[in-house]
Amino acid sequence: MSLLEEELQAEAEEAGAAAALSPASLTAFRRGLSGITVPILTTVIAFVAGGLIVLATGHNPLSTYSSIFNGTGLNWLFPWVGGAERATAAGNLQQTLLNATPLILVGLAVAFAFRAGMFNIGGQGQYTVGWIVAVWVGSSFSGMPPVLHIAFAIVAAAAAGGAWAGIAGVLKATTGANEVISTIMLNWIAIWFGVYCFQLGGPLHNPHMPSTPVSNSVVGGAKLPVIWGSLQGLDVGIFISLALAVLFGLMINRSRLGYEARTVGFNPQAADYAGMNVGRTWIRVMVICGAFAGVAASLDILGWKFNLFTNDIQTSQIGFYGIAVALLGRTTAGGTVAAALLWGALLTGTSSRNFNLSIDPTLVQYLTFMIEGIIVLLVSTDVITLRLLRGGRRIGVVFKRRRSEEVPANQVAANETGANQGGGK
Amino acid sequence: MSVGSLAIAPPRAVSAKQAGIAGVVLGALAWVITIPPLEVRSVVPSIVLAVAGILAGAWSLAGGERKLGIEAILVAVVAVAGAVASAKSSVATLESVFTWSALVAATLRYATPLLFAGLGGVISESSGVINIGLEGMMLMGCFWGIYGSDLLHSWVWGMLVAMLAGGLLALLHAFFSINLRANQIVSGTGINFLALGITGYFLEYHYGPNGTPLNISQVPNVHLPLIQHVGFFGAAFGSANLMTWVGLALVPALTFFLFRTRGGLRLRSVGEKPRAADTVGVSVIRIRYVAVVVSGMFAALGGAYLSVGFVGSFSNNMTNGRGFIALAAMIFGKWRPWGTLWACLLFGLGNALSDRISGVNQTLGTLFEALPYVLTLVAVAGLVGRSRAPAADGIPYVRE
Repeated sequence: MSLLEEELQAEAEEAGAAAALSPASLTAFRRGLSGITVPILTTVIAFVAGGLIVLATGHNPLSTYSSIFNGTGLNWLFPWVGGAERATAAGNLQQTLLNATPLILVGLAVAFAFRAGMFNIGGQGQYTVGWIVAVWVGSSFSGMPPVLHIAFAIVAAAAAGGAWAGIAGVLKATTGANEVISTIMLNWIAIWFGVYCFQLGGPLHNPHMPSTPVSNSVVGGAKLPVIWGSLQGLDVGIFISLALAVLFGLMINRSRLGYEARTVGFNPQAADYAGMNVGRTWIRVMVICGAFAGVAASLDILGWKFNLFTNDIQTSQIGFYGIAVALLGRTTAGGTVAAALLWGALLTGTSSRNFNLSIDPTLVQYLTFMIEGIIVLLVSTDVITLRLLRGGRRIGVVFKRRRSEEVPANQVAANETGANQGGGK
Repeated sequence: MSVGSLAIAPPRAVSAKQAGIAGVVLGALAWVITIPPLEVRSVVPSIVLAVAGILAGAWSLAGGERKLGIEAILVAVVAVAGAVASAKSSVATLESVFTWSALVAATLRYATPLLFAGLGGVISESSGVINIGLEGMMLMGCFWGIYGSDLLHSWVWGMLVAMLAGGLLALLHAFFSINLRANQIVSGTGINFLALGITGYFLEYHYGPNGTPLNISQVPNVHLPLIQHVGFFGAAFGSANLMTWVGLALVPALTFFLFRTRGGLRLRSVGEKPRAADTVGVSVIRIRYVAVVVSGMFAALGGAYLSVGFVGSFSNNMTNGRGFIALAAMIFGKWRPWGTLWACLLFGLGNALSDRISGVNQTLGTLFEALPYVLTLVAVAGLVGRSRAPAADGIPYVRE
């Protein structure tokens, strides 16, 4: 019996229902988990814990958080913010959405694998090969018609990411190699391959920059159109990202592959018995995951990055952000989008371009890592959050019962000993 | 049926296994003769040796040793490529890359942090808890080691503070994986984020933009009086860091503990068959707690070697993925201390070689950095023997 089931049983007993757990009630409970209460509560707990660290090191958590919030650009949504402040807010909000664009897709790359019972830690590597291919295609073929060129670069990056992830899928299907280890290895191989490509003297190094390890720049025709703002404004990539999130939702819930993936994820033996080809499903799922990450990379390159330094490749953390986003979003399409927006906002709000910060921006940046760590830890088990939730509900129930029911005092005490004061007597 | 196949099988002077091993050795020799000290300047002998290796591999393959046969052929092919590369480089280049004494010393330097973390991984995973958080625990040791060494003016205290910090983070991982039965890979990922945040935050908080002070008390090097000035041995081992020797000594010690003592048996039984261990009165929960915390301390020592032992300062995200390499080394080493040591030395050699090759040819050196990961990928795919994790690795234990 898992801890979740124990929690459910405790809840059922409290509600006075029969103690037996039917499969239906379990399923309903699990579905309830994919609601928004638990993720929101998780985030709140993490922020409170982060605030305590800020407080303990002698800073004011409230002013820190409010300046982070203003740095995210979300204050643009308030109608009373005007003038220069509004212009800054707009710029920040564009940045937040730009950050969220690839996070949605890398999150989906983790989420889809998770649904099929796999752990894709390889988002980083798949994203990196997508970067390499996108910047290569985007900076070559300068005579191509713009729309065609953009489509070519995106598709090529998706194919590269898909092939990269496919290696892990094929290894799992044919030799049983654990995808956690193989994707970690593929990450590092991709990173060093990328450094090799763009370092001084590397095959894709920009020959006009003899002392900087950087790629060629994306040609004008391959750049994504900007729809909002001027200086590194929001481009159409966000719509591609959102469209793919919708596609992901349809695929997982309505397509045959999605059905097979979920079945394999629940129970590979049962899926095999039902006549599904488990190995083929693993490979297909991994390829699609990698393609999502590849598209994410191409949107960054064609949207605002335009070239790639070896340092970018070595310091990018997006694969790990993707894990956090997918888990916080409960591996659903909508959840992942929401979590990516939150994450994108956090990244913008704590970046060094946010000059409003009341404390050292470096501190805030690392505070974000801590908050992220706490979120991922809490997501790894829902038990803490659930217990808090149940504890809160129980207090509410007792409170309501006291007020509404005219029961003799001794009976209330008798009712409560079991639930609340457990070993009190 | 089996009698029939026995009857038609050709008589063999050497078994398929012996042929396969001979093939691997011949293939390796094809490359080894082209580098110092032998430095054969022609590729012809290498090709002859490689062909012999391939034939031996094919013979082994036909005899039923599939993996060994494929390995022999692969080694021979790679060796020919290496031999061609050697033949194309000048003698001076070869001798600057393959200065064996310096290469051995550098290999030991690179292998030491991996070894500590890898052995930590062995302990944790033998007890049945996956520890992806090794990276974060190393990073904690890295920063808090410097902090302790700076604050208490002694590297001994630095090491103790590092172990305390790594152990505390590991305790968190243990609580989540054992008590809350979390997904251990997710919780390990969270641990890594948390360590990145904590170390970065406190680096900035305590030391500000100037970074850690320069006059940190560092772990000393051990100058061996007898061989310190004796040619090759002096240059290779004469002044290795104390931590390197401690790490090397831990390998037989941990092997002895795991396979020759009661505690080791309990640890392994908890990782293989927790229910059986529980039935005979071994506390699964307690042993797993101890194992995870000790693994965190080991990883922290590896991190502290980097900062307090080697560099003498701390910079953000200083471990830069070494915890993951240690994890790979542990898997490459089949979850055993000696295997982990060989894997760490191999990865260390890869780093040392790529360093020296970078001195001659930057681009080629970068490609060499990826070599350990390619090897691990090949290893997990099962081409180089089978790696088997402890049976209950990653599965939370529920008492009935």
